[in-house]
Amino acid sequence: MNFDFSEEQNLLREQARRFLAENAEGKARGIIEGDALFDRDLWRGMADLGWMGTVIPEEYGGIGLSHEDLCVIAEEIGRSIAPTPFSSSVYLATEALLLAASDEQKEDFLPRIASGDTIGCFAHNEGTRKPEPGSIATIYTDGKLTGEKKPVADGDVADFAVVLAKTPDGEPVLTLALLDNVASETLETIDPSRSHARLRFDGTPAALIGNIGNGWTLSERLLDRAAILFAFEQLGGAHRCLDMAVDYAKERYAFGRPIGSFQAIKHKLADVFIATELARSHAYYGAWTLTTDAPDLPVAAAAARVAASRAYYLAASENIQTHGGMGFTWELDCHLYYRRAKLLNLALGGERRWKHKLVSRLENRNVAA
Amino acid sequence: MDFEDTPEEVEFRAEVRDFLDANAERKAPGASFAIPYGGDGLVTAAKEWQAKKAAAGFSGITQPKEYGGRGGTVIEQVIYNQEESDYVTPIGIYEIGLGMCIPTMLAYATEEQKQRFAPPAFRGEEIWCQLFSEPQAGSDLANLRLRSERDGDDWILNGQKIWTSGAHFSDFGVIVTRSDPEQAKHKGLTYFFIDMKSPGIECRRIHQISGTSNFNEVFFTDVRVPDSQRLGAVGDGWRVSLTTLMNERLAIGERPPPGYEEAMALAKQIELENGPAIEDGGVRDKIADWYVNARGVTLARYRSMTALSRGQDPGPENSIGKALTGKMRQDIAAFGMDLMDQSGVISDPELATMRGMFQDALLAGPGGRIAGGSDEILRNIIAERVLGLPPDIRVDKGIPFNELAKKERG
Repeated sequence: MNFDFSEEQNLLREQARRFLAENAEGKARGIIEGDALFDRDLWRGMADLGWMGTVIPEEYGGIGLSHEDLCVIAEEIGRSIAPTPFSSSVYLATEALLLAASDEQKEDFLPRIASGDTIGCFAHNEGTRKPEPGSIATIYTDGKLTGEKKPVADGDVADFAVVLAKTPDGEPVLTLALLDNVASETLETIDPSRSHARLRFDGTPAALIGNIGNGWTLSERLLDRAAILFAFEQLGGAHRCLDMAVDYAKERYAFGRPIGSFQAIKHKLADVFIATELARSHAYYGAWTLTTDAPDLPVAAAAARVAASRAYYLAASENIQTHGGMGFTWELDCHLYYRRAKLLNLALGGERRWKHKLVSRLENRNVAA
Repeated sequence: MDFEDTPEEVEFRAEVRDFLDANAERKAPGASFAIPYGGDGLVTAAKEWQAKKAAAGFSGITQPKEYGGRGGTVIEQVIYNQEESDYVTPIGIYEIGLGMCIPTMLAYATEEQKQRFAPPAFRGEEIWCQLFSEPQAGSDLANLRLRSERDGDDWILNGQKIWTSGAHFSDFGVIVTRSDPEQAKHKGLTYFFIDMKSPGIECRRIHQISGTSNFNEVFFTDVRVPDSQRLGAVGDGWRVSLTTLMNERLAIGERPPPGYEEAMALAKQIELENGPAIEDGGVRDKIADWYVNARGVTLARYRSMTALSRGQDPGPENSIGKALTGKMRQDIAAFGMDLMDQSGVISDPELATMRGMFQDALLAGPGGRIAGGSDEILRNIIAERVLGLPPDIRVDKGIPFNELAKKERG
């Protein structure tokens, strides 16, 4: 057993951290306060480092590294709350193509994704609906999509979307549609540094990914794989919040002593540390199941997702609390992380939903064992 | 990363399984050893089991061969623990001795003493206990008062220890004492190992909430200990104690039930207003949390093991398991009983659901949050040693111990 990243991966982490410290600092705030939907300079820089093609095989223009390497990058991106469509294009659209696309589709899209020239997203939500195939309302027929998807992370910046739909007979399908002529509307959300949109498909040409009927299964597999990558982003963000809170607790004085010397603060931050360590351990195990496609992946993914969601929300909210009144100001970055924490908790479905999946999978595992 | 066994590890695991299949019973879901911790006959059963383990080469797996260990790797210890946890075996007798006392002996005793004491301990023939806490020294261990005074080649010990697990059936013990009360509290401590059969030692068992008595008060009246049994320098007892405590988190074995598996098993057999409890959202929410905690602690431990196997210090990060699981077991017990409604009050194993496991855990549970570092102390350790937060203001700092003691007496 070897339960840690390799020396090379740690070097990759250092490189990523340095790049993001120099290039992503303050960028999320810039997006929230400005008009752009994401930071194109940062995106270009990430592309120059080859990050979008991390797991894309070399034959499709990527650099053909492992998912563990991508996890390392994801953690650093999470730490820096980089305002880019990386998660949509890489953890979701790319994974969908790698999972089920035809060779032609891969040849068409993967090189462009790897270079950062094309951005993909995953359109699966249709508002608040029962999470089951029967509730999909978007219809795919005769190579065309009709229906409305919302919220779609990066739907307003992406060039194409992987769309969950169903045939008129009710068979779930995963499809791929170019968004050039699709009406998109940017939605007001809790965290504008990660843009979300409403997409209206109105007879939009689309191609199948995978087969008719397996769309829901594919979508669930895709969400599981992405859950592990998202868990690393969440972990990075949670750890950053803990660092911010610890730094502040050492500097801020009250009653003649640093507030970090009070047990009320110590125990709170120890609990945050415990939550991040649990999240880290689950995320690492998830990374291994993802890289090796281990049979335990669905359980590991759900557990990593729950642990990371818990940790980030706890860390972000207690970071504000530790900062006191200053933490509640627009000026400090605490709220940027608080927004991102909740946004990422809800991406791919909320914590409750993942807990439900986790217990179902544990039940099945016990039956199978 | 790699969770697959290496070819050597595959072989080792098979060897462990063969041994366990031949000598122990595979665990049915929710089962534990027939004799509970503190129950009669557990020591005899544990001695038999330990002897078998040692004969097969599975005692002291990471300890050197020349002292009766296996000379194996940390990963082999993990593999052994994983496999043994699937079988019903007696637990709770050797963890402290082999996990904390013997490693301290191996770090500080003379070559001759190591040869004499380590092998019989690994074979289970001699049981060790750890005499640290006192009535005035629990979380604040350095506040201990048990006096040691030099007398020729010997030391004379007088005072009282408390919460000593297994003192009444132990052959030897490690003890930290106050040798110089004129020094500040962390100084002036001296560490020994002692024969528990020495004249002047009296053990009185403590009757606990759970009805069992595995802790003791241990009284020392003019107990004579040869200076050759001192571990570390005179006045250096605090540092030696830290060696013992460093080993503590790694020594803690499998978590006692009920855990999330038992909570799931219970939820499947209980019917609520809208169907089986396992389908209830509130129940699923808790089971998911407990799974994430329990599995997360196991995985965090694997990370520590990886660090250890590379010769790195796993550090106080290890405290997270202990900081979580005591409270969790108590919560699972209370919640399980709640699912049983008023019938949850029944603890008679013949009548109670799942043989009274949840009721037992409710009563034994509070101990898990106190023993071996309370939940609060563990959080202080994490905050100060891992996060680097400033220490609390210490009103006892630098003050000679005898003056402090006077103040506390009022």
